[in-house]
Amino acid sequence: MRTLLTVFRKEVVDNFRDRRTLASALLMGPLFGPLLFAFIINLSIERSLDDLERSMELQVIGQENAPNLMRYLRSHNIEVVAGPADRAAAIASVTSGDIDVVVLVPEVFGEQLAAATPAKIELISDRANTQAERDARRVRNALQGYSQQLAAMRLVARGVSPTVLRPINVDDVDVSTPSGRSAMLLGMMSYFFIFALLMGGMYLAIDTTAGERERGSLEPLLSLPVTRDQLMLGKISATCVFMAVSLLLSLCSFFVALKFMPLQQLGMTPNFGPTVVVAAFFVLLPFVLLGASLMTLVASFTKSYKEAQTWLSIVLIAPTLPILIVSILTLRPQVEFMFIPSLSQHLILVDMIKNEPVNLLHVAISVLSTLAVGAALTWICARLYRREGLLG
Amino acid sequence: MIVVNDIHKSFGKVRAVRGVSFDAPDGKITGLLGPNGAGKSTTLRVLYTVLQPDEGGATIDGNDVVTNSLEARQCIGALPHGAGLYPHLTARENIAYYARLCGLDKNDIEERVAGIVELLDIGDFANRRCKGFSQGQRTKVSLARALVHNPQNIILDEPSNGLDVMATRSLRELILKLKDAGRCVLFSSHVMQEVAALCDDIVIIANGKVAIEDSADGIRERTDCDDLEDAFVRAIDMVGDD
Repeated sequence: MRTLLTVFRKEVVDNFRDRRTLASALLMGPLFGPLLFAFIINLSIERSLDDLERSMELQVIGQENAPNLMRYLRSHNIEVVAGPADRAAAIASVTSGDIDVVVLVPEVFGEQLAAATPAKIELISDRANTQAERDARRVRNALQGYSQQLAAMRLVARGVSPTVLRPINVDDVDVSTPSGRSAMLLGMMSYFFIFALLMGGMYLAIDTTAGERERGSLEPLLSLPVTRDQLMLGKISATCVFMAVSLLLSLCSFFVALKFMPLQQLGMTPNFGPTVVVAAFFVLLPFVLLGASLMTLVASFTKSYKEAQTWLSIVLIAPTLPILIVSILTLRPQVEFMFIPSLSQHLILVDMIKNEPVNLLHVAISVLSTLAVGAALTWICARLYRREGLLG
Repeated sequence: MIVVNDIHKSFGKVRAVRGVSFDAPDGKITGLLGPNGAGKSTTLRVLYTVLQPDEGGATIDGNDVVTNSLEARQCIGALPHGAGLYPHLTARENIAYYARLCGLDKNDIEERVAGIVELLDIGDFANRRCKGFSQGQRTKVSLARALVHNPQNIILDEPSNGLDVMATRSLRELILKLKDAGRCVLFSSHVMQEVAALCDDIVIIANGKVAIEDSADGIRERTDCDDLEDAFVRAIDMVGDD
């Protein structure tokens, strides 16, 4: 036990002085998530504001042919400006991407309207250009609205109720709560926590195995009157502590960052208060042992620092796989899933963020199964450390 | 006291050591001499228990290196070839870490570390972090680290590699001091002169076998060469390549 503590303390001090380890554990891991998150949230807010609130500029050829339509568009926050000289020029500039959308109102538009024959308007856009397509869709909707307004007016003029045009009235009822809507986007958070956790211990796992071997400090260490199990356990415990600290920092940085994100504009109110932060920490804590032993195990097999880095980057991504599969299939939490580490933590966290009751049986299975896998991996690490091949 | 009894060790198809036996008694300096790849390091690695022999065995103060490896390790201080330090720890911390792992009493550690720092004359850089140390400084700190728990048996694998004249000299003095204190010193080298100047007993290894084991004079006599270097070459030829 004393050996274990000695090794533990030395590894903590040693790695605490290493800038790279420190940066990845205390900065990179915890900040990467919130930053990426803020970026995504801002992007989706920008996108969701597109339709009515943002004013857009629309190039129109032949404004004078449809003054009422122009007025209608302006009232819908679409600024009408003069377009290219003619149709050919419009097509050319839309094709090249200089202009997103051009509306062409032919001279006969007014006559056709007066005669109540379908009046033709051309909307020139590039459907392959997704950015332009948003504007085109908005213009298309506006034109559709104007068309319906005209139709209604014509019916009224003929003494027919405009409701005959609407045989069916679809009413969309959305039962998702603001917390529930948050879960879709915030479901990613759980991966960021796991990522930060693994990042926190990654360099320790490398340094205490492949790094120690490459430096030549492993052989003298093994010639000391201590058992290899104690050395290994001390190293894994140090890795665990770095991982736990990194996890805690990541949770706190999310807690702070969410306060500054305009999530209400997206109709989300994530349930991520101090209680949830603490609960999330304890739900994820068992994953620390698993992460530390898994990374140490993988790094033990590698021959050099560089090789270990390559392999451990793959380990960083591995926990996303079950989360990804379940997200794509949109599966609900089930008891079976709780046996799968990373997935079980993800599902429990999502429930917490959605402010839904968390199934305690699920939590128990998640904690125990994750700890069991972690313990098994630690045991394998210790076995591996007894091998001669360790020295490479 | 180190007793080596017919050690065999292969790595895959490479038969690194094929039956090495010798004794390294207390109060004497034993030199393991041989060309590159002769099996010196492998033999020493078996002795400080990071490798297990395929056949044969060895004892350190009566402790078998395979069955009683923990006790055997307790009796040795080892300086492996190219031993590395922890770059983010100071020299003193590197030494103290080993002292703690060797189970020294908390109160004694500071005193022991101070003593070994003085003995090896490394006070000038003892409080500096080891990153950027010269080869000589590194070797001295590694040596201090190996000796901090006052081991009876000292195993040094090519300790003079990369050292300048001054450093080699002080290393030699240290080894003689250890001998006078009644320790068993076993070190390997491929430099004839160094071994001849220092050792009471010389074990010449070639192709994984002991070519000859004797004092410097004994070797000169038995190989019928006045020059030790010639004697070395002849002794190696005696083993053959089979």
